[in-house]
Amino acid sequence: MVGEKKWYLKAIAIVVLIFGAFYAGFPILWMFLNSFKPNAQIFAWPPVWISDNFTFAAYIEIFKDPEKVRYFINSYFIAFVVVVLTILVSVLAAYSFSRFDYPGKKVINTLIVSVQAVPPIVLLIPYLSLIVTFKLHNTYGALILTYMLLTMSYAIIMMTGYFNTLPKELDEAVMIDGGSRFRALWQILVPLATPGLVAVGMYTFMISWNEYLFALALTKTNDVRTVPVGISLLMGQHAYEWNQMMAMSVLGSLPILVLFLFFQRYFIAGMTSGAVKH
Amino acid sequence: MKAETINTYKQVSPPLRKKIEPYLYLLPTLLLMCVLLIIPIIMVIRYSFYDNVIINKNPVFVGLENFKLVMIENATFFVAVKNTLIFVGGSIVFHMILGLAFAVVLNTKYLHTRTKAVSRVLLALPWMFTASVIAILWKMMMNPNGIINYLLEVANLSSTHIEWLASRDFALFSITFINIWAGYPFYMVSLLAGLQGISNDLYEAAAIDGANINQRFFRVTLPQLKPIIISLVMLDFVWTIQQFALIWMTTGGGPINATEMMSTLIYKLGFSKYEYAQASAAAVILLVVCTIVAYLYVRHQRGQE
Repeated sequence: MVGEKKWYLKAIAIVVLIFGAFYAGFPILWMFLNSFKPNAQIFAWPPVWISDNFTFAAYIEIFKDPEKVRYFINSYFIAFVVVVLTILVSVLAAYSFSRFDYPGKKVINTLIVSVQAVPPIVLLIPYLSLIVTFKLHNTYGALILTYMLLTMSYAIIMMTGYFNTLPKELDEAVMIDGGSRFRALWQILVPLATPGLVAVGMYTFMISWNEYLFALALTKTNDVRTVPVGISLLMGQHAYEWNQMMAMSVLGSLPILVLFLFFQRYFIAGMTSGAVKH
Repeated sequence: MKAETINTYKQVSPPLRKKIEPYLYLLPTLLLMCVLLIIPIIMVIRYSFYDNVIINKNPVFVGLENFKLVMIENATFFVAVKNTLIFVGGSIVFHMILGLAFAVVLNTKYLHTRTKAVSRVLLALPWMFTASVIAILWKMMMNPNGIINYLLEVANLSSTHIEWLASRDFALFSITFINIWAGYPFYMVSLLAGLQGISNDLYEAAAIDGANINQRFFRVTLPQLKPIIISLVMLDFVWTIQQFALIWMTTGGGPINATEMMSTLIYKLGFSKYEYAQASAAAVILLVVCTIVAYLYVRHQRGQE
């Protein structure tokens, strides 16, 4: 019936996709290519796509430099601790919202939702003096607590949504058998909520791994600095080692890319639930 | 034996225990929020009404003096507001255009499922990169001798080595462009989820009524996506208005103040001029704007339920 029109629409769709692939993919491809070049060829005119002197030198330089390796260790450590703690805190809070009715519930819930609207930069000034008062300046603790605060709100919303899909009869069955509510939560609900936990974990990991403002302001020395700050410090150094900066960027993006490729569905469900009601 | 102790405990004060139990589950969350969020907010609001806090040991209440200094006597404030509005507006409009176009294409029935699956991953990629990686990558590409100028020359669009980030004429455009690249996948993925949720019956009904493809898009698709679009715009507004990392690492607010934003202004007032009270006043202004939008967002989300 509308065969010709369909052909026309298909052509438009393909053109949009090709444009999109170039737009999204080219900068990333360029980053990869440049991480394998000698620094002198980065701004060659006309550009060198794949160098005759193809080299892993930039990566080797990074792995040989204990300070740069340290950025990665710090980032991994902080992100993992934040994932575990945020999941613990948000599971408890979500359980409360999902299974109980009590005075003040709605107010507390609204409060938690609105945490997301507070711009981090607004908190920064008082936050800094607070962290100094707690003697947490330039420690892992400062960043871990901050990232828990930044991720908690969204994590609780997601977990509450997930628990709400699990029938209340499940925990009641455990309690009839003499188990406590607490046991019902950890032995029945949490295992069933694994997809929700994965989504929350990925979201939390991504925020912690990528955060820049607090990582910059709350740290002073390389033994606690994270990858994003490490990369930005490379920019300020005497000579621009562009190939090393690109190699560092590739290494710094790898964990998130791997998570995204392997857990795409959870990832997307987790990241979009602010706008889409699933 | 363990169960026994629990049972005795239950018998001792069942009503009290029952009453406080839900709050106990919330305790860690509320504690963290109080100490790290509510107290800092109260502090920043207080700071904004005192003369130079932190540096001055006994600050004095000065009323709205700091707001006057920031908003009226600081010429940069208006530039920052103007730049922020252009940056936020441009970002939201193009995030929406690109996000919607890609989402629609990824949802069409004219393409093979595998093509769509691969494209979806590819098109979502910019989302995965942290601000410092995005900043450094685009700084390299937008270098006067960088690949962007080369591609423009090859395409015969420009033959000069444009200083994308270092010239007053292009810097604001350039960082907005970068932010559009970094942010559209969130729109794309959310809108795609929305499109997949639209019932086929609606399209069939429209087809029976003789609606053409444009009519189907504007009369069925867009109205169905409206709640998501409204959420996206509000979320993006709150996120983009406070964007700091990307601007700080590409232009730092410069050249001169061509890309000065609310966020870089607050940071500079506080951390390079040590005017903490003025920085707090500017922060409070930003907080008020974000709170209003957040209030609308929560009301909108509630309305959907």
